[in-house]
Amino acid sequence: MKFIKAFISIAITAILIWALNTKFGATPPIGTFLNPSTGFWQNAESKHSAVTENLELPGLLGKVIIRYDEHRIPHIFAENDHDLYYAQGYITAHDRLWEMDIQTRSASGRLSEIIGPKALEIDRYHRRMGMVYGAENTLRGIMKNPVAKMMVTAYTEGVNSYVHSLVPKDYPIEFKLLDYAPEDWKPINCAFLLKLMSETLAGGSDQFGMTNDLKRYGAKEVNDLFPDYPYFEDPIIPVGTKWDFKPLPTPKPSASFLAEMTENIKPKEIMEGIGSNNWAISGSKSATGYPILANDPHLNLTFPSIWYQVQLSSPTVNVNGVSLPGAPCIVIGYNQNISWGVTNVDADVLDWYQVKFKDKTKNEYWYNNQWNKVKKRVEVIGVRGRKPVIDTVLYTHHGPVVYEDETKKPKNGRENIPVGVALRWIAHDESDDLMCFYLLNRGKNYTDYRKALTYYTAPAQNFVFASSDKDIAITPNGKFPLKFKDQGKFILDGSDTANDWHGWIPADENPTVKNPPRGFVSSANQSSTDPTYPYYINWRFEQYYRGKRINDKLGAMQNATVDSMRVMQMDNYSILAQDVLPTMLKYLDPSKMDNDQLKAFDIVKKWDKHYAANSIGASIFNRWWGKFYDTLWYANFHIQGISMKSPSYDRTEKLLLTEPNSKWFDDIDTPVKENAADIVNRAFNSTIDVMVQKHGEPGEKWQWGHIKETFIDHLANLQGFGTGDFSAGGTGGVIDALRNNNGPSWRMVVQMGPTVKGYGVFPGGESGNPGSFYYRDMFQTWKDGKLNELLFLKSADESSDRIKSTLTLSGK
Amino acid sequence: MLFLIILILSFVSSYFLPWWMVAIVAFLAAFIIGKTPGRSFWSGFAAIFIVWTMLALFKSIPNNNMLASRVVQLFPIPHKWVFLLVVTAAIGGLVGGMGALSGVLLKRAFGK
Repeated sequence: MKFIKAFISIAITAILIWALNTKFGATPPIGTFLNPSTGFWQNAESKHSAVTENLELPGLLGKVIIRYDEHRIPHIFAENDHDLYYAQGYITAHDRLWEMDIQTRSASGRLSEIIGPKALEIDRYHRRMGMVYGAENTLRGIMKNPVAKMMVTAYTEGVNSYVHSLVPKDYPIEFKLLDYAPEDWKPINCAFLLKLMSETLAGGSDQFGMTNDLKRYGAKEVNDLFPDYPYFEDPIIPVGTKWDFKPLPTPKPSASFLAEMTENIKPKEIMEGIGSNNWAISGSKSATGYPILANDPHLNLTFPSIWYQVQLSSPTVNVNGVSLPGAPCIVIGYNQNISWGVTNVDADVLDWYQVKFKDKTKNEYWYNNQWNKVKKRVEVIGVRGRKPVIDTVLYTHHGPVVYEDETKKPKNGRENIPVGVALRWIAHDESDDLMCFYLLNRGKNYTDYRKALTYYTAPAQNFVFASSDKDIAITPNGKFPLKFKDQGKFILDGSDTANDWHGWIPADENPTVKNPPRGFVSSANQSSTDPTYPYYINWRFEQYYRGKRINDKLGAMQNATVDSMRVMQMDNYSILAQDVLPTMLKYLDPSKMDNDQLKAFDIVKKWDKHYAANSIGASIFNRWWGKFYDTLWYANFHIQGISMKSPSYDRTEKLLLTEPNSKWFDDIDTPVKENAADIVNRAFNSTIDVMVQKHGEPGEKWQWGHIKETFIDHLANLQGFGTGDFSAGGTGGVIDALRNNNGPSWRMVVQMGPTVKGYGVFPGGESGNPGSFYYRDMFQTWKDGKLNELLFLKSADESSDRIKSTLTLSGK
Repeated sequence: MLFLIILILSFVSSYFLPWWMVAIVAFLAAFIIGKTPGRSFWSGFAAIFIVWTMLALFKSIPNNNMLASRVVQLFPIPHKWVFLLVVTAAIGGLVGGMGALSGVLLKRAFGK
């Protein structure tokens, strides 16, 4: 009896320990996570940190001095380039290891290894999109270049030096929550990071939607509703800029072929309204007589941030700015001589080709009037707690044949349907993008800038430039395929050689402008050029709203200072409202309105067209326009089970302003024939009804800052690790393009001159550790629309009262 | 006495042994000097409860309890960091208490 009692007690204890050590579903192993000696309590950083610290690390050739400022931004001084990138890897891993791990896992289709079957679909999508295939090709390009190879290898050594120094109690908290251990960094991870940027910025496609539109409405309607150049535009390269080169012959369009619809492929749709701003003004417009450059890339806002601030210095370079955790160099920044920034070009560098297979074995496909071998690539996806999933992906010469998933592949008698679509994507190509940043980091003048850009492939960016010798320039830049007009607007026939990409636009014939007479350059993702540019880049770009506002402001600006640029980055004036609001108001008849409608009408009539946090007019207009747009297009462009693309805001504006009796205004469900006024009125009434219902009478609760949900989450959506909702102005389509959790991920202004001065801020902090005082210490500054003056040290021993601690690394 | 021994040994061992060794420490200590099951359990519970509270506070106080205040929001308990501390300590206490109870029951089974 006594033994039984003892045995039961021991068994219960053992089971208890086992249960506390085991992960159940999404719940972390509670004992492992909570115990104070190795669990999360160990991640709490002390407010008393060491002022000087020395570390010996294997593989360093010399001494590296790292000085931390008040935001714990590292200023790295190395005796050679190897040690510089080694230290960048080490320090970045110290602050952002989990972010680096999860991002490269996501890009490489390895989330299931840690999360389990839940992540299988997303892993499969990344594998089938050829992310691993593309990263392997990119790495090959990097390794061919001795300089890029040195950077990536040294960076990898540095990251691993940090990883190897960790014991379980030191693991970042997310590893403890998800119950896995950090692994060694590999050079290919740097390539995965670039692929991830390509996926975010050049991985969307509306070819399916366009193809379905074409099938439904025919070429005439589609050409009318989806024109190749917008009604309103203010292109990046000023209208009238001369092209001083003799263009290559434009390829001939293929015999038109409308590909069969393939239901079982669903690529990411292009997200409207994502983008960024950058501009530079020449000395003639600035108070100091030297150029000023500004940049604010709009991306998903997360904790930790996508950006990591750092200063990198060695005998060959001294540069300041932001880096991407996981890749060497500064991506956006400045040195003593030049500054640069980027926005997305939105080039069409992703095309779908219908493949005709010979038979159901899918071993051969028809191309160039003969049967060609299909290549097969086996993807092994590890799954936590299960056997690995083996997925075979078919490749034509275009690229992978992407299916949504295995189960949706045609089965049982439908196997003979020879459809499938192959993906041709710039992200699959061998490239050497890091070299572009290596050279920009060391750039001294305009010539260096132009040379650096020739190394850049994807995702194509508008590189803005300013130098202390008073040049400004902008170049929509990347490797652009040479195409016939509209090639890739619809799905292409993969058997026709005429549909292949026909080589590349020569790098020095990419659109560019230097020191234009208007005294400034700018970009906000709108059309790269006016229609006189001899090559085809894309038929669609982001709407002109932000670009137009920037150009209006800069055109009028004189004696500009850093602060003028800062204020402009926070500007939230809506060009869309300026274009359409007078017409929309004209269609309303106040005599037919009830009390609430009258109040709202009065507010929106007096609205200053700024999307300020306390603006009520903005809330009304925003919903009203949205409702108008939806009412207009929803019935015709949303059909169950078919992906379709709705016409753009730009086309909708043109319809409202110039074609009020267009057939598209007619609601097919009613017997009467509606026109623009009917739809505008209906949208207004519905807007006010819904808003009264949700927020009561027109009043404080209608303020834009309350209506718009703005928040920044942790990358793993952990409650308590983000900001929660906060009130803020801005929206897509205004310069301060902040909406939900997307917006200005880094704001930078650089005053060029004999002494360069940089300013910048991102919404978060340097440390990825929620237990650090530097996890979100810059968020409030960012939210308030202010910038930090960036510390840019000339040498390791320059004294500054902003330096709070020093870390010295030396070889072991 | 049992309480003090478990307290000291688990405190020291926490720096180099896995967290669940507190159960083994409590088990061995109770096996050797434990008296009644009730007193052993509560000695083990109280000792580990206190040790884990102290260890957690060593880290959390210099942190202004910032991390604990964030992490507690992941748990279905009131969103005050102190509750997370209590849960942590109680889990440690339970493991320690069960270890001690097992130790003293085994000792009795051997008729000591």
